[in-house]
Amino acid sequence: MLSVTGLTMRFGGLKAVDDLSFVAKVNDITAVIGPNGAGKTTVFNCITGFYSPTSGSIVLTHPDGRSYPLHKMPGHRIAARAKVARTFQNIRLFAGMTVLENLLVAQHNTLMAATGFGVLAVLGLGRYHAAEAAGIEKARFWLDAINLTARADDPAGALPYGAQRRLEIARAMCIDPVLLCLDEPAAGLNPRESEELNQLLLRIRDLGCSLLLIEHDMGVVMRISDHIVVLDHGKKISDGTPAEIRADPAVIAAYLGEGEEDEVPA
Amino acid sequence: MTALRDAFLSAAVALGLFGPMVGLVTVSSDHGLFLRARPIAVAVIVGLVFFGRLGMLTWRGRNRAEATRANRAFAERITRAGKYVTPVLLLAALALPFSGSRYYVDLGTLVLTYIMLGWGLNIVVGLAGLLDLGYVAFYAVGAYSYALLATTYDLGFWTCLPLAGILAGCAGVTLGFPVLRLRGDYLAIVTLGFGEIIRIVLNNWVSLTNGPNGITGIPRPTLFGLRFSMDGGDGTFAGFFNLEPATIQRVIFLYYVILGLALLTNWVSLRLRRMPLGRAWEALREDEVACRSLGINVRNTKLTAFGIGAMFGGFAGAFFATRQAFISPESFTFIESATVLAIVVLGGLGSQLGVALAAIVMVGGLEALRDFLSFLGDQMGSELFSGIASELPLYRMLIFGLALVVMMVLRPRGLVSGRTPGVSMTAPKEIDAELVAQGRS
Amino acid sequence: MAYALQQLINGITLGMIYGLIAVGYTMVYGIIGMINFAHGDVFMVGSFLSLIAILGLASLGITSVPLALVLTLLFAAAIAALYGWTVERVAYRPLRGSFRLAPLISAIGMSITLQNFVQVSQGARVKPIEAIIPGGIQLMDRGGFAVQLSWMQIAIVVITLTILAVFTWLVTKTPLGRTMRACEQDLKMASLLGIDTDLTISLTFVIGAALAAVAGFMFLLYYGVIDFYIGFIAGIKAFTAAVLGGIGSLPGAVLGGLLIGLIEVFWSAYFSVEYKDVAAFAILIVALIFLPTGILGKAEVEKV
Repeated sequence: MLSVTGLTMRFGGLKAVDDLSFVAKVNDITAVIGPNGAGKTTVFNCITGFYSPTSGSIVLTHPDGRSYPLHKMPGHRIAARAKVARTFQNIRLFAGMTVLENLLVAQHNTLMAATGFGVLAVLGLGRYHAAEAAGIEKARFWLDAINLTARADDPAGALPYGAQRRLEIARAMCIDPVLLCLDEPAAGLNPRESEELNQLLLRIRDLGCSLLLIEHDMGVVMRISDHIVVLDHGKKISDGTPAEIRADPAVIAAYLGEGEEDEVPA
Repeated sequence: MTALRDAFLSAAVALGLFGPMVGLVTVSSDHGLFLRARPIAVAVIVGLVFFGRLGMLTWRGRNRAEATRANRAFAERITRAGKYVTPVLLLAALALPFSGSRYYVDLGTLVLTYIMLGWGLNIVVGLAGLLDLGYVAFYAVGAYSYALLATTYDLGFWTCLPLAGILAGCAGVTLGFPVLRLRGDYLAIVTLGFGEIIRIVLNNWVSLTNGPNGITGIPRPTLFGLRFSMDGGDGTFAGFFNLEPATIQRVIFLYYVILGLALLTNWVSLRLRRMPLGRAWEALREDEVACRSLGINVRNTKLTAFGIGAMFGGFAGAFFATRQAFISPESFTFIESATVLAIVVLGGLGSQLGVALAAIVMVGGLEALRDFLSFLGDQMGSELFSGIASELPLYRMLIFGLALVVMMVLRPRGLVSGRTPGVSMTAPKEIDAELVAQGRS
Repeated sequence: MAYALQQLINGITLGMIYGLIAVGYTMVYGIIGMINFAHGDVFMVGSFLSLIAILGLASLGITSVPLALVLTLLFAAAIAALYGWTVERVAYRPLRGSFRLAPLISAIGMSITLQNFVQVSQGARVKPIEAIIPGGIQLMDRGGFAVQLSWMQIAIVVITLTILAVFTWLVTKTPLGRTMRACEQDLKMASLLGIDTDLTISLTFVIGAALAAVAGFMFLLYYGVIDFYIGFIAGIKAFTAAVLGGIGSLPGAVLGGLLIGLIEVFWSAYFSVEYKDVAAFAILIVALIFLPTGILGKAEVEKV
């Protein structure tokens, strides 16, 4: 499904990611964990095309067999063609637009195709009307899924923090992704919200979308991941099921070495 | 007491700033420059600063929360009033020529030209959040396209109008292609440079543009083939309708042409705002990185905004050429770009009504004030009023500049600042301007 | 050859003036990340202040040229610094933390304001003065073309280099320079560490404006004629210089200034005078597109 091979990313003299290889399987929730500065977000940025890697390859194979070399594609195509969606560590919603508009912007390419290069739709012709109705239906589906239907016409910036996190995930889902990359989705959530998030992520997986997850909250990681990749200083130090990771001495050493005891895998 | 001390300090700074620059004027004479002192002017300015600062500090002593609430209430009132203002303005615009006053119709035409330019630039700056300081370049491309096509190939206004728009749009896309990935402030400087390049080229490419002398004898538009000429013969407007030929007929016709063009601009931008394209522009203004992550081709989307904005600038330019019947590079300086930008910013980035109001106040208002003063001067035979009237155009740009600064400091979102979403599930709600990013980083 | 040498001399002189203005752009950009659009107009104001001071001192009967020039320089730099301070205080400080385009629009407003303020208060006509430091050395005479190095050009280069030396010392060796560099690295952190960032930013504007006034003074002496519009074009060229040298880098600003001065002079000499401003703008656009970090600038990595 997603196979990362020999991925290296340099910033000047610094190797943020060093010869990283791993595979994320279809319909798995794969978690990437590691201490701060381990290079997790850099890996994400390479996968989603915000950085182009110094060397190595990232290949995504769709269930229908087509494969996409992500390391060679520009960012917007990775989302539009290869159907890789992502969220951001610090939420990036369109704060001044409504919740509904946020979800419609995510369907831009589908809707745009229905406008006949914009000309027909401006004149009120063509099939744009139906396409928009379908877009709103899809938005409504995801709003129901994240319990925000009642706030569809409120500006996204006015939502509470937890709701913004959920909305960002819903927005990413509106591009109909094959792979969804989540950068610390549980950060700043309280235990109840965190549990709701778990349910949402499991539901997304059951809808047939694979997930790639960066997370510090071990409660979330250990409960929902099928597969965990552990990074430290840009290198992979461990790779396996949650149970294997928990038992791996290298992982424990890396975390203890950082002196962050609260992050020791429980 | 602190207020008093503060006011004294401000007065001292003002003395330093204005003492030499206003107090000592360099005057040319046969023996070179000499200085003339103007102590009274300095005293007046320093006094104004002192009392102004004192007044401001006392006034600001009020509860801050109250001030914020008053501000918000003001914004709400304006937004609500907007519903009634729009039809009233539209009716007034349609009815204006019936006043029969050539002066008002001319002034209305000027204001509408700026409204149209403002609405065109609003697509680029207000919706897409791209600061374009060279908008006048597209205005110039439109004007020269029409002028050259009409004078060399003998084409009519209505044939050339779309061509001028398309050419200006192409110019926008050509410029935009390499520069649109630049950061906001770099983009601003590059567009400014582009505007200047166009002007300098127009000035120096004499074989094509006739250089600083400009192009004369640009044909006027026709109404379904009817010319507006003074002979009143066949094929003229007056002859066809059996009217006495009069210049005012053409003036009124031109007025309705620009009104139609402006309304077209408005209609297209309002429609686009409800379409995916307009939504993508606004999303781009809010967060470019998020747009990229959602599969939106950022560069192409910016290019469409740039191109469509430029196209409307080109339409306005073609109209300008046909109205003036004469154009020269002098009409396309940075000051024009700055004026249009000022109108967009004062009106409220992204607000159609705000732009119209700002253009009326800033162009029509000052123009009317000047004419009123010179009229007063003529009537009373007073030097003072006509003196002020003749100086007023000088102060116009000064006022524009100050207004830009004051507006950014006090109401950075402009007069009409809320944002109405283009699509909604239930009832559309106004979005508070504080949340609208306009490229906040 | 002789002709080219003459152009080289002229280009370096002009480049020094651009370099001094560019330093102001680059300093402000380094510290608060905004283009101080009004900087070119502060340069113009400095030029007018110099003119007023020279005329004023002449009417007071001060005949010693060196004394008059030093007094003029001090006066112009002091009042221009006040302008720089006021511009920052009135138009930029209230906007810190506002949306991204707000300070830029405000700066454009300030630029238009200064330009028209000078136009209204001093008149729109060009202001010519007689050469104050006439004469020079004739370096060589070949084929009827005499290469001139005027005292004025020597003075400009000497003054610029002196001021830049003082300025470099100020930035690298003094506590003020250290706080400025700290603010440049991280404004928020600097303020958390107890640095008065408002004061530091104000000082940056003050220093930048004073340098611009020196440039304005030299522009007046070199060309002998000024008007209210010189700030616009000179400002753009100096900004181009700052970008070309790498915005945020002080030596880069001077280097960029020299390059722009040389390009402009050689372009005018060998191609066309009419299009010399087009050349400057074209370089700006090309530099921004192909070399956005400039010659001596640091690359920025986009944070996601």
